[in-house]
Amino acid sequence: MSGDSRAQDSAVKHVTGAAVYVDDISRTSDQKYVAIGGSSIACGQIESIDLTDVLASEGVTDIVTVDDIPGHCDIGPVFPGDPLMTSGAVDFMGQAIFAVLADTADNARRAVLSANISYHEETPLLDIQTAIENKIYVRPPHRMQRGNAQDALPDAQHRLAGVMTVGGQEHFYLEGQVAIARCDEDGGVHVQSSNQNPTEAQKLVAEVLAIPMNAVVIETRRMGGGFGGKETHANASCCFAALFAVRNRCTVVCRLSRRDDMIMTGKRHNFQNRYEAGYKSTGEIEALCFELAGQCGSSPDLSDAIVDRAMFHSDNAYYLPNVQIDGLRCKSNTVSNTAFRGFGGPQGMIAMETVIDEIAFSLNLDPLDVRKRNFYGETSRDVTPYHQQITDFNVPAIVDQLEIDSDYRRRREAIIAFNKSSAILKKGIALTPVKFGISFTATHLNQGGALLHLYSDGTLHLNHGGTEMGQGLFIKVAQIVSAELGLAVERIKVSATRTDKVPNTSPTAASSGTDINGMAALRAARELKQRLLSHVTETFDCAESSVQLSAAGVVLNNKVVQTWSELAHSAYMARVPLSATGYYKTPEIYYDRDNARGKPFLYYANGAAVSEVIIDTLTGESKILRADILHDVGQSINPAIDIGQIEGGYIQGVGWLTNEELVWDAGGRLLTDGPATYKIPAISDVPEQFNVALLADSPNAADTVMRSKAVGEPPLMLAISVWSAIRQAVAAATDSVAFPQLNAPATPEEILRCLSALKSR
Amino acid sequence: MLRFLLNDTLVESDELSPDLTVLSYLRDYQGLCGTKEGCGSGDCGACTAVVVSLVNDKLCYRSINTCIAFVGSLHGCQLLTVEHLASPGKLHPAQQAMVDCHGSQCGFCTPGIVMSIFALTKNHTRPAAASGQRDVIDQALGGNLCRCTGYRPIVDAARMALDACCSSSYRDTFSAEAAATIAQLKSLQSDDSTAHGAFYRPRSIAAVCELRAQYPDASILAGGTDLALLVTQRHRKLKQIISLQHVEELNYCTERDAHWCIGAAYPLADFQQHFEAQCVDIGALLKRFGSTQVRNRGTVGGNIANASPIGDLPPLLIALRAQLVLQSSVEQRVIAIEDYFIDYRKTVLRADEILVEIRIPQSSLPAAADGPIVKIYKISKRLDDDISAALAVFQLTMKGAEVSSLSAAFGGMAAVPKRAVALEQVLTGKPLDEAVLALADAALEADFKPISDARASEWYRLQVCKNLLRRLAVEVNDSRTATRVIDYVG
Ligand SMILES: Cc1cc2nc3c(=O)[nH]c(=O)nc-3n(C[C@H](O)[C@H](O)[C@H](O)COP(=O)(O)OP(=O)(O)OC[C@H]3O[C@@H](n4cnc5c(N)ncnc54)[C@H](O)[C@@H]3O)c2cc1C
Ligand code: FES
Ligand code: FES
Repeated sequence: MSGDSRAQDSAVKHVTGAAVYVDDISRTSDQKYVAIGGSSIACGQIESIDLTDVLASEGVTDIVTVDDIPGHCDIGPVFPGDPLMTSGAVDFMGQAIFAVLADTADNARRAVLSANISYHEETPLLDIQTAIENKIYVRPPHRMQRGNAQDALPDAQHRLAGVMTVGGQEHFYLEGQVAIARCDEDGGVHVQSSNQNPTEAQKLVAEVLAIPMNAVVIETRRMGGGFGGKETHANASCCFAALFAVRNRCTVVCRLSRRDDMIMTGKRHNFQNRYEAGYKSTGEIEALCFELAGQCGSSPDLSDAIVDRAMFHSDNAYYLPNVQIDGLRCKSNTVSNTAFRGFGGPQGMIAMETVIDEIAFSLNLDPLDVRKRNFYGETSRDVTPYHQQITDFNVPAIVDQLEIDSDYRRRREAIIAFNKSSAILKKGIALTPVKFGISFTATHLNQGGALLHLYSDGTLHLNHGGTEMGQGLFIKVAQIVSAELGLAVERIKVSATRTDKVPNTSPTAASSGTDINGMAALRAARELKQRLLSHVTETFDCAESSVQLSAAGVVLNNKVVQTWSELAHSAYMARVPLSATGYYKTPEIYYDRDNARGKPFLYYANGAAVSEVIIDTLTGESKILRADILHDVGQSINPAIDIGQIEGGYIQGVGWLTNEELVWDAGGRLLTDGPATYKIPAISDVPEQFNVALLADSPNAADTVMRSKAVGEPPLMLAISVWSAIRQAVAAATDSVAFPQLNAPATPEEILRCLSALKSR
Repeated sequence: MLRFLLNDTLVESDELSPDLTVLSYLRDYQGLCGTKEGCGSGDCGACTAVVVSLVNDKLCYRSINTCIAFVGSLHGCQLLTVEHLASPGKLHPAQQAMVDCHGSQCGFCTPGIVMSIFALTKNHTRPAAASGQRDVIDQALGGNLCRCTGYRPIVDAARMALDACCSSSYRDTFSAEAAATIAQLKSLQSDDSTAHGAFYRPRSIAAVCELRAQYPDASILAGGTDLALLVTQRHRKLKQIISLQHVEELNYCTERDAHWCIGAAYPLADFQQHFEAQCVDIGALLKRFGSTQVRNRGTVGGNIANASPIGDLPPLLIALRAQLVLQSSVEQRVIAIEDYFIDYRKTVLRADEILVEIRIPQSSLPAAADGPIVKIYKISKRLDDDISAALAVFQLTMKGAEVSSLSAAFGGMAAVPKRAVALEQVLTGKPLDEAVLALADAALEADFKPISDARASEWYRLQVCKNLLRRLAVEVNDSRTATRVIDYVG
C-alpha cells in the first residue's frame, strides 16, 4: 500500500551486514586493484614522467598513462574538459596522470608514491574574485531578468548592498568512489559501480575503450550514499577499472582511499554573492540585483546547470518586481566542483535570505514579517525572474502554521529577554522558508523507464532507471507498483539498476527519482494489470468492473477466486505476455535559455523551518537548541522515508553552514583531506528538540505519481534558518551596531571574526 | 602464535603480518564484509566491532575501530562482528531497533552503528528513560558518522534498544552464553606464547626493554590509535611491533605518596572513568577526547609519547604538574612532564627508553581537601570526536579575589604542548579583572606564536585563548553566569 511507512528495502540487510556494496562483492583469485597517481602541483605543465620505480614496486602488474587509452580521453559529461589522465597541462592538484594495477590495494597505493614527475609550475588561480576580475570562466556568464532593476534601484525608498561568501561542501558519502570491472568474451565489460548515473558511465566507458555501448553493462545495486557526488565523479573509477580489466583480462577493483576521494573528486561549489536591493519602509522589495559567482574548479562539468539553478533559486519564495540576476562560472585550479544535493540552489537561496535579513535589520522589523510581506501572491505578484508563473503556492500557509506550532513569536520575545540578561551566551531564532523547483532544467533528462516481469508463480521482478543511494527509492517504487497491481510488496523483488535492463536512463538526481521512475513503473504496472484483467474477465466470463486485484489475489464479487500464483500461472498458460515496460516524460516543461524564459519546473516543493541557536561570544562556539520543521511532500508515498529525507537533509545543510569547512593552502593543496580535519555533523549536533512534520492533506496539484512531491534536495535548505539564527545572535551580542556580515560556514572562528569586526566598529 | 575467538570460531595463526589491521583481516582474509571501511583513519566508525575480554572474570565489551587496530591486539580476546549479532531468525535488539526506527538509509554506516549500540546495551544497565539518555547515547555513538539520517532515528533506536535490553526479563544470547565464553577466553589466556611472527607481546617491562634492545627499529604499540595511521594513511610497513597490551605492570591507576600513579598503557576509557570523579572538567574533556572507540583502545602513555602539539592530555598534565617515569633496561628517571617535550614531535625519550608511569599530585585536583580550581577549555569545530584547535588548562587557587597560584598550559598554540610562563607571572597575586586581563593578553602573546592550519588561523587561536581568560575570570568570580554553550540546556 502507498502511504505506508515501510522500512527501506534493505533495512534488515543493513543491520546484519548482509547488504552487499561494490567492495563487498566476493573476491576472485584473479582480482587486481587500481590506484591513481595524481599531480602534486595545482597549475602548470608536466615536463617528464618517470614511472620506473612505480613499476618496480611490490605487486605491480600494469601501469597506464594517457597513451594507453584506446578511445576518448575526455570524460566531461556535458562539455569537454575532464581528461581521464593528463600528460601535459595540469589544472588542479591531484589531477590523474597515471594509474597502476597491483595484487592488493595497499601495494597499488604504496606504488603510486614512488612516481617521479617533474613539472613547470605556474601560479594557480584559487579564488573567485581574481577569476571575475580577469573574466576567467569555464562557461560564459548568463543573465535572468524581469522588469528593470537598474532603473528601479535609484528610485527606491531604501537601498542596501553587500557581498558574502558561501563555502563549498565535501559529499562525504560514507562509501567512497568504487567500481569493479570484469571483461567478457567479446572484449566488452561489466562494471558494478557505486554510481548515480549508470547510463553516463556506460557511454564514457564505451568511448574510453572505443567499443560500442552495447558492449558495456553498468550495474548499481546500491550506493553507500551519493548526494550528487556520484553523478559524474563516479565515472572515472568505472573507466579506470574497465580499462585495466580489458587490458589484463582480469577482474579489477578501483576504490579510492578516503584521502584520494576527497582530493580527486569534486565538491559543492563555493560562491561569492553580491546583492543590491531597493525596498520600501514596509520591507517590501522593489528592485534587486544579484551577482552569483560560483567557483567551478578546473572544468565545466555540470557547472552551467548548477549556477543556473543558483539563479533559479535566488528568489526563493519572494516576488521581485524588478530583478536582474547574473550568474558567473569562475574557473580555478582546484578539482572540478560538481552536483551536491540542491545543485546550486542552496547557494542562491542563501543570498536571498540574507537580503531579507538585512532589510529587516535596517528597518528594525521581525525578519519573519519582512519574509511574509515579500512572499509570492496567489493571483498577482506571481511571476518568477525566469517568467514562470507560480501556482499552488502554499509557502504562506506552511509558514503561518509553523509560526504557531513552533510558538515562534513568544520564543522570539523570550530570547530578546534572555539576551538582555545573559552576558556571554546569546541566542537567536529564525524562521526561513524553502521553495524548490522540481524537474531537471536540461529538459531532455526528464524521462524515466521501468521494466516489470511477472513470473508464473505470481512473483514480480521490478527494475527501473533510478538508483538506490539510501533515499528509499526502491521501496517507494515497489509501493507504487504494489498499490497499482494489488500485489503485496513482499511479492515484489526490487533489483539492481542495470543499463541492459532499462536503457538510456537519466541520472538519479534533481530529486526526480520517484517522480520519473515511479511514474514509469506505474505505467508498466497499469499495462500489466490491464492484460491480467482482460484475462480474468475471459476466464470467469465477467465484467471488468466486478473484478479487483488485491494482495490475496483475484477478487470477484467480493470473493477471492484465484491466488496470485494461480492467476499468474493461468495467464501464462493462456499466453498472456507477463512482461511490461513503462515510460514517462515530464509534461509541460520547457525553457528558452537564450531569453531566460519558460517553465523549467513542473512544480515546487515547499517547506519551512524554525531554528533556535545559542552562541558563545567568547569562543564563537554555537549549538542548535531546537528545530521545528514543516515540509510539504504532497501525498506521501512513505512518510517514514520522507521524514528521513527531511531530517537528513536538514542536518546535512547544518553541516554545510556551520562546521564543514574546506581549506586550501596557497599552493592549491586541500588541507582538509580527511575526516580528521573535515568535520561533518556528528550525533551531538542534533538538537535535543527536533520536531518534524509533513504538511497534512496536500496532494500535489501537479499530476505526479500518486500526487506526491519530490523530497531529496529541498530539505537541505531548511538549514538556512540555523545560519540566519546565528546571525541574529551575533547582532544581539553587538547591540545591533551594524548588520553582521556573516559568511558561511559559520564556524566558531567565523562567528568570532564577525563579532570582533562588529565590536571594533 | 596468535589466538583469539572470531565470533564463535577459534583462530590460531602465526602467519599474519604484524601490521595487518583487523578490518583488512575481516574483509580480505575472512570475507566478512559486513564491517565497512569509511575512512581507514578511525574517524567514521563504519568499521566498528566489539572486543570482548576477561576483566576480573567478567566479560568486558568494548567497541573499537577495526581499521586502526592490528590483528595482534586481539590475542586472548573475542571479536564480535555484525554478522554474528543476530541469532537464527531473530535480530538482536540493537538491530531490531534500527529497523523499527528507520535508522538506516544508505546503510553503509549501519553495521558500525549497530555495533556501537550493541556495546552500549552491554555496558549500560539502566533503562534509557531513567538515565541521562542523550548524553549516554551521544557518547556511545559520537564516533559513528552517518551522512544520511541526521541521527534522530539513530538516537531513537539506541533508546529503544536500551529499553529492550534493560528490561529485567531480557538476556541476549551473549549474556546467556557468558559462562561458555568465559571458559573459552580463560583457556586462551593460559596460552603462554608471546608473539606471532614479528608481533611481540611481552608480559613485563623488562621484556619490553629487552626486545627494544634486540629490535631497535621495532615500533612500540600501545593502543595503536596513532601508530596505525602510519600504515593506513601513509602506507608504511611496520616490520616489527612490540605491543604493551599484555604488560600488566603498565596498566593500572593507583595511589602512592600523595600521587595518582598511572601506568603508561592505562586506557583512556579507564582514565575517564577514574578521573571524572576527581574533577568535572577532566570528565568533560575526556568525553570529547576522540570517541568511545578511540578511548577504548588509546592509552594515556600513547597520548604523551606521540608528542603531538595538539594532544589533549599533555596540557592537562603540565598544568597539574605531573611527572613522568622513563625507563630503559639500565636506568629509570623521573622528569617533570613539561620538560619532556623539546620541539615539534621531539622529546627527551631516548631510543632505549619507554614511558612507564605518569604521576599526578593529588593536591592538584579539585577533589583534594582545599584542592585548587581546575578549568579545562577545549576548542574545536565539532563537539564530538574532534582534535583541539586550542586547549587551555588552568589550575589555580584564589585568596579572596586574588589569584594566589596559577599553573596554566596550552595545546595547539606552539610546536609543543606548553606552559604559559609569562601568563602565570602576570596573573599571580592579582585579581581577575579587566585591567589585569589586558596585561594577560600581552603575556599570552609573549608566550605563544601559534600557526594557521586546517583547524584554525593564527588569529583565532590567539584571540580565543585571550577570550578563554575572560571565561576563566567569569567562572571563577561569578559562578551564576552561563559560559558554555555545550552544557547549556533550555
Ligand atoms: C579518530 C581519532 C580521534 C582522536 N582524537 C583525539 C583527541 O581528541 N585528543 C587527543 O589528544 N588525541 C586524539 N587522537 C590521537 C590518539 O588517539 C591519542 O594520542 C592516543 O592517546 C594515542 O594513544 P595510543 O595508545 O593509541 O598510542 P599508539 O598509537 O599506540 O602510540 C602512539 C605513539 O607513541 C608511542 N608509544 C606509545 N606508548 C608508549 C610508551 N609507553 N613508551 C614509549 N612510546 C610509546 C608509539 O610507539 C607511537 O609512536 C585521536 C586519534 C584518532 C584516530
Ligand atoms: S573506517 Fe572509518 S573509523 Fe574505521
Ligand atoms: S545511512 Fe548512510 S551514512 Fe548512515
